[in-house]
Amino acid sequence: MAPVVIRNLNKKYNEVHAVKGVNLEIRDREFVVLVGPSGCGKTTTLRMVAGLESITSGEVLIGDTVVNALPPMDRDIAMVFQNYALYPHMSVYDNMAFGLKMRRFARAEIDRRVRHAADILGIEDYLSRKPRQLSGGQRQRVALGRAIVRHPQVFLFDEPLSNLDAKLRVQMRVELKKIHDRLGTTAIYVTHDQVEAMTLGDRVVVMKDGVVQQVGEPLDLYNAPANRFVAGFLGSPAMNFVRVALVENGGMVQAVGDGVRLALPGATAVRLRRHLGEEVTLGVRPEDLRIVAAEAANGLSFEAVVEVVERLGSEILLDLKVGAGSMVAAVEPTVQAKVREHLRLALNPERLHFFDSRSEAAI
Amino acid sequence: MAVSDLVTRQAFADAPQRGAATRLLEDERWLAAVLLLPTVVLLGLFIAYPFVEGVWLAVTNATVGVPGKFVGLANFEALWNDSIFRTAVYNTFIYTAVATVFKLGLGLWLALLLNRNFRGKAFTRAFILLPFIIPTVLSTFAWKWMFDPTFSVINWTLFHFGLIHSRINWLGEPDLALISVIIVNVWRGVPFFAISLLAGLQTINPELEEAAAIDGARAWQRFWHVTWPLLLPVTMVVMLFSIIQTFADFQLVYVLTGGGPANATQLFATYAYQIGVGTGLLSQGAAVSLAMFPFLLIVVVVQLLYIRRVEVH
Amino acid sequence: MIEGAKWRRWVYFYIPLSAFIIWLLFPFYWMLVTSVRPDRELYRPWMAPNYTPFWTLHPTLRHITDLLTGTLFIRWMANTLFIACVATLISLFCGILAGYALSRLKFRFAGALGTGIFITYLVPQTLLFIPLANIIRNFHLGDTPWALILTYPTFLIPFCTWLLMGYFKAIPRELEECARIDGATRWKAMLYIIMPIAVPGILSAGIFAFTLSWNEYIYALVFLSSAEQKTVSVGVTSELVRGDVFYWGQLMAGALLGSIPVAFIYSFFVEYYVAGLTGSVKG
Repeated sequence: MAPVVIRNLNKKYNEVHAVKGVNLEIRDREFVVLVGPSGCGKTTTLRMVAGLESITSGEVLIGDTVVNALPPMDRDIAMVFQNYALYPHMSVYDNMAFGLKMRRFARAEIDRRVRHAADILGIEDYLSRKPRQLSGGQRQRVALGRAIVRHPQVFLFDEPLSNLDAKLRVQMRVELKKIHDRLGTTAIYVTHDQVEAMTLGDRVVVMKDGVVQQVGEPLDLYNAPANRFVAGFLGSPAMNFVRVALVENGGMVQAVGDGVRLALPGATAVRLRRHLGEEVTLGVRPEDLRIVAAEAANGLSFEAVVEVVERLGSEILLDLKVGAGSMVAAVEPTVQAKVREHLRLALNPERLHFFDSRSEAAI
Repeated sequence: MAVSDLVTRQAFADAPQRGAATRLLEDERWLAAVLLLPTVVLLGLFIAYPFVEGVWLAVTNATVGVPGKFVGLANFEALWNDSIFRTAVYNTFIYTAVATVFKLGLGLWLALLLNRNFRGKAFTRAFILLPFIIPTVLSTFAWKWMFDPTFSVINWTLFHFGLIHSRINWLGEPDLALISVIIVNVWRGVPFFAISLLAGLQTINPELEEAAAIDGARAWQRFWHVTWPLLLPVTMVVMLFSIIQTFADFQLVYVLTGGGPANATQLFATYAYQIGVGTGLLSQGAAVSLAMFPFLLIVVVVQLLYIRRVEVH
Repeated sequence: MIEGAKWRRWVYFYIPLSAFIIWLLFPFYWMLVTSVRPDRELYRPWMAPNYTPFWTLHPTLRHITDLLTGTLFIRWMANTLFIACVATLISLFCGILAGYALSRLKFRFAGALGTGIFITYLVPQTLLFIPLANIIRNFHLGDTPWALILTYPTFLIPFCTWLLMGYFKAIPRELEECARIDGATRWKAMLYIIMPIAVPGILSAGIFAFTLSWNEYIYALVFLSSAEQKTVSVGVTSELVRGDVFYWGQLMAGALLGSIPVAFIYSFFVEYYVAGLTGSVKG
């Protein structure tokens, strides 16, 4: 187990600059998730750590060693791939033993480790089967087992759960978390699924267009996104964005947009005073909207028309028309709302996000 | 756990001390060079070098055992004025064109027949390929025997069906000889076309034909508007392959007629053999062979462009 | 399948298919009948009233025993087998390595080399046989099996490379990457992971290459001169025709027996052969 340090890492393919100056320090035993939309450079970064992709410039350190020039076999890492990459001509046992055989481990030690890993993952019964005789979930376990037996310095995961069906994905996610808690091996995990990122990561790294947008603990990222992209990327359903102008009205700072006119509360108003007269983006998470009676309306509420009601069971999603724009609100499952109904919605004053229109950075 | 941790760490520490060769072969450029070396050496020695040697021979007056001097384009000039060579050129083009058209037509027909479901399909398919896999000269000898004017089983059959009244000298009359040679070439080539096109047909989703049928297309309309356009890429590649093989054919004609009667079936390759090996005029033989090159080059370029275009789409 | 009336099935399907089958297979039947037909029936003109074309009432093994004892036929078979096997192995070896490099590794000139090998794939033997004969003589390989063992790979390697490239490309890259992370060198990853998975492709390429070697004629005809060095094709066509006289019984027996090894291998590996055939023309 070892820390991983990435220093000013760059990757260029001819004209395309896929990874731009990534800096990251991953502590020993930490589980770090790289998340972002496809093409954001997260997989390329991971592959550079693995040694599968050459490094254009910058450094990767595993432990104290700069591994830039080391071939993958000498980096002492293990990787789990999206399509599992199980060797189709080998039994489950041989799949798991392959890495140890390549490293010339003693037969008894190989056997001990394979059986131990199989026990952890509950695949003892399949050891003599071929990969094509296994279900998706079982294959996933074998791929994990193959990484576990190696006791590597670092685990690398490249979207390992995205080929599983939704139910199995949740189950494996929990299991992965347990295994990491048990083994404590440093792990770098790449995914495009923000739920996986939030639930698995000790820390989450959000990337876009080859650039790291924000690094932090999941809830910090969720509660205090550094920019509009991070705010929109994390959370489902996604944060609502409304363009508003900040104006002063009778000593109050107001945010005025299409269908909304909000009087900002004290602390927020102070913070935003220097942006008076500017157009900014207001961000509100769906769960921070709640329905209020028309007469209880205060300065932080607005009128909306219900367009679609999605009953998820644990909550209800309301697709709302606000002015000419639209918003989503997540409300209690007990709320009775009908299509075309006019509602009044109030915002949680503690949880308003504002972003600069040009730089999109949080303000 | 602690013990195995130790082992792991040690392996990691050992890692950088690999041999120089191992490290070199981890660089994909070096590995590629090593992997390609045997192929490049063999092809260089027995394709590139002979090609250069062939061009050199063609511009000298070398004969067997005599190195020869540079004579410029004299050999090609001589060929230009050689009426047998012109006959060979004419024959080769006729032979290639007619045989290819029939191979394509019959091959496609057979492929369509084999694409239907019937009992013994796999068996039939396996047997139908026999003409293609059996050594050409050996099966051609069977045809030569079947064409024998005195003992011909073909003549017997035609006679008893009342189609002919006197014997047909299949390989003895100039026009008929060329036709006979083409028949055998088509016989040998049809299975190759049929099986390749069948493979192409099997990649076409049958739902497309069914959708067209529901849209009201008749059988031949379905073929023409749905199947044929989808089959075209495979057809093109198979045809270009076949054109090259047919154009440069040797063994079939060599065995059946030896180029006769009166050069009526003389092709580039048989004429090159006759001059270069039979008469020993190496340089002229090489010139005849090389005369095939421009046409082959055109076909290869067409094929490369076509493959590239298909890959782009 | 879209079905029609019964008579349509006969006209459009059974009759043409049967005609094709008869046409394509009759010569082999004819080979068989001829090789067991006694000479006095063999040389009876087709106009003769007692001409029995499609069968014989007095089958004989004379031609076959004459062929095996009176000629070098067995020797030719052994020569051909040896040459075809060694040439196939060499070509597979080269083709596997080259196919792997061209389909998997990134290096300069990869595209150009691939195109170059594809072009040599299309070079017919008849284009180069005269200069090649010269070179064979200069290398002192003339009239030895090595003349063919070393030249057959020129058309077999491009074929094997081309075919195997397709197979290698179809194997997910991650398998190799995983092996390399697991501690295998690039070479070992190729040997232990890619090669075993590509076995069907290698088998196809090998079988096809073997039949192509067995089939080759002009190089064998030109590069070999003494009777005991010849391959089956050349031996049968040159040694069984003495002067102007064709020994048809022996010739057909030779053609039949000379075809058996390829037919035998083919019958066991039809699917692999067909895969090789269709793979060989895939763009």
